[in-house]
Amino acid sequence: MCLAVPVKIVSLSKDRYTAVVDAGGVRREANVAMIEEPQVGDYILLHAGFAIQKWSIDDVKEYNEIIQRREDSIE
Amino acid sequence: MTVDKLVESISNKSDRIGRTVNLMEVCGTHTMAAFRSGIRTRLPEQVRLLSGPGCPVCVTSDNYIDHAIELAMTENTIITTFGDMMRVPGSRGSLSLAKARGKDIRVIYSPQQALVAARKNPGREVIFLGVGFETTTPLVAWTIQNAYSRKMPNYSVLCAHKTIMPAMRALCDSDDVRVDGFLCPGHVSVITGAEIYKPLCREYHAPCVIAGFEPEDILLSIDMLLNQIISGEASVEIQYTRSVTAAGNKLAQKCVNDVFKPCDASWRGMGVIPSSGLSVRSSYKEYDAELKFPRIRVSEVKRDTGCRCGDVLRAVITPSECGLFKKECTPDNPIGPCMVSSEGTCAAYYRYSRIDE
Repeated sequence: MCLAVPVKIVSLSKDRYTAVVDAGGVRREANVAMIEEPQVGDYILLHAGFAIQKWSIDDVKEYNEIIQRREDSIE
Repeated sequence: MTVDKLVESISNKSDRIGRTVNLMEVCGTHTMAAFRSGIRTRLPEQVRLLSGPGCPVCVTSDNYIDHAIELAMTENTIITTFGDMMRVPGSRGSLSLAKARGKDIRVIYSPQQALVAARKNPGREVIFLGVGFETTTPLVAWTIQNAYSRKMPNYSVLCAHKTIMPAMRALCDSDDVRVDGFLCPGHVSVITGAEIYKPLCREYHAPCVIAGFEPEDILLSIDMLLNQIISGEASVEIQYTRSVTAAGNKLAQKCVNDVFKPCDASWRGMGVIPSSGLSVRSSYKEYDAELKFPRIRVSEVKRDTGCRCGDVLRAVITPSECGLFKKECTPDNPIGPCMVSSEGTCAAYYRYSRIDE
C-alpha cells in the first residue's frame, strides 16, 4: 500500500495542485498539493496519485544506476 | 555496492556477530520487495527477516470491515476504496461479496477520485474507506479539506488510519518476539521524517535503519543494521536518502494535524493500542462517516476460523506454522487478511517462499 514511484512534472495547472507527470512515457494527472513550490521539470515521488516528496537530479541518477545494475545482473 | 558484494559483507558481519539476529521489516511493501527479489534466500541463516504489522489492510479489524459493508448496504451510498480492501473478510462477508450483490462499491487508485465521484453524483453519499499509515493519511486529509472548502455535503471518510510508531513500541514491549533491529518503512518516513524513531533507540536500544525498496536498498540497510549491532550502537540511520529527511514532509504533517487527531485503535492480532489511530477532528465532523452514519449492528460476530493472522502480524509465528496455510487458506480462498492483501505476509510466503520456510 505504501508503494511510490518517481515521475517528472511536465506541466502545472492554474489551480496550484494539479500537474501532468511523465511516468516512463505515460502521462497522467497528479496532485502536487503536498510539495513546496512544484516546478515543471521537477522529479517527484508519486503515491496514490499524490506527490509526497521531491527528488533531486542526484537522487534520480542514483535510482537509475540501481535499476541499471539490476537489469545488467539479469542479462 | 553490488548485490553480490552486499551479500558478502552481510555474511562476514553475521559471522562476526556469531548468533542469530532478528531484523524486522515493518512495512508490507518491504516484505513483498524482499520476497519478490529473492534476497531472503541469499541471506545467511543467522540473519532472520521477520515481517511486522505494517500492512494496513492486514491489521484492519473485522469491526471496520463490517461497518464498511453496512454502509455499502445503506441506500443511496457509493463506497470508494483501495483495491486491497475488497476481499478482506469481516465477520459477515467481504466488500467483494457486497459488490457481487449489486452494491455500488468502486475501487479507486487515488483518494482524489472519491471526491470526483462525489462531485459527479450530487444526489448520493460518497464514502471513502480511509485505511493506511502515514504515507496515505495526508492524501485523505487533503480530500476532507478540499470537500470542506468546496462545501461538498455528500463526501465523507470512514477513518481507520493508523500510525506505525505505537505498534513498533508495542512489539518492543512484548515478550513474544525479540527484535534486534528495525528496517523502518521508507515511504511512511518520507512523511514523518526520521526523528520519530529516536525513542525506539533511546528506550529499547533498538537499531533503526530507514530503508528504500530496491534489493540493493534493503541489503544495504541490513548491512547498516549489522554494523550497529556489532558496535553496540542503537541509532536512527537513513539508507533511503533519495526520499527521506530528518524532519519529513511538513506540508503533509500540517494537513494531517489540521484534519485528524490521535485516538486509540484496534489492531488485528495486537488488540487496542493507545493513541495509535486517527479520527476526524470535530471541526470537520460533517466529513466523518462514523458520525454521519452511526452503526446499526454494533455486535461483532466472533469468527472461529483457526486463522492465525494475528500471530503472523506480531511475528510470533511464520505463515507456515498456521494450520490453514496452503491448505484451506490460499490466495484463491483467503481465510485471513494476510493472505488477501497484495502485501500480506502469508501472500508473500505463498508466492515466493521455499518449501522448507
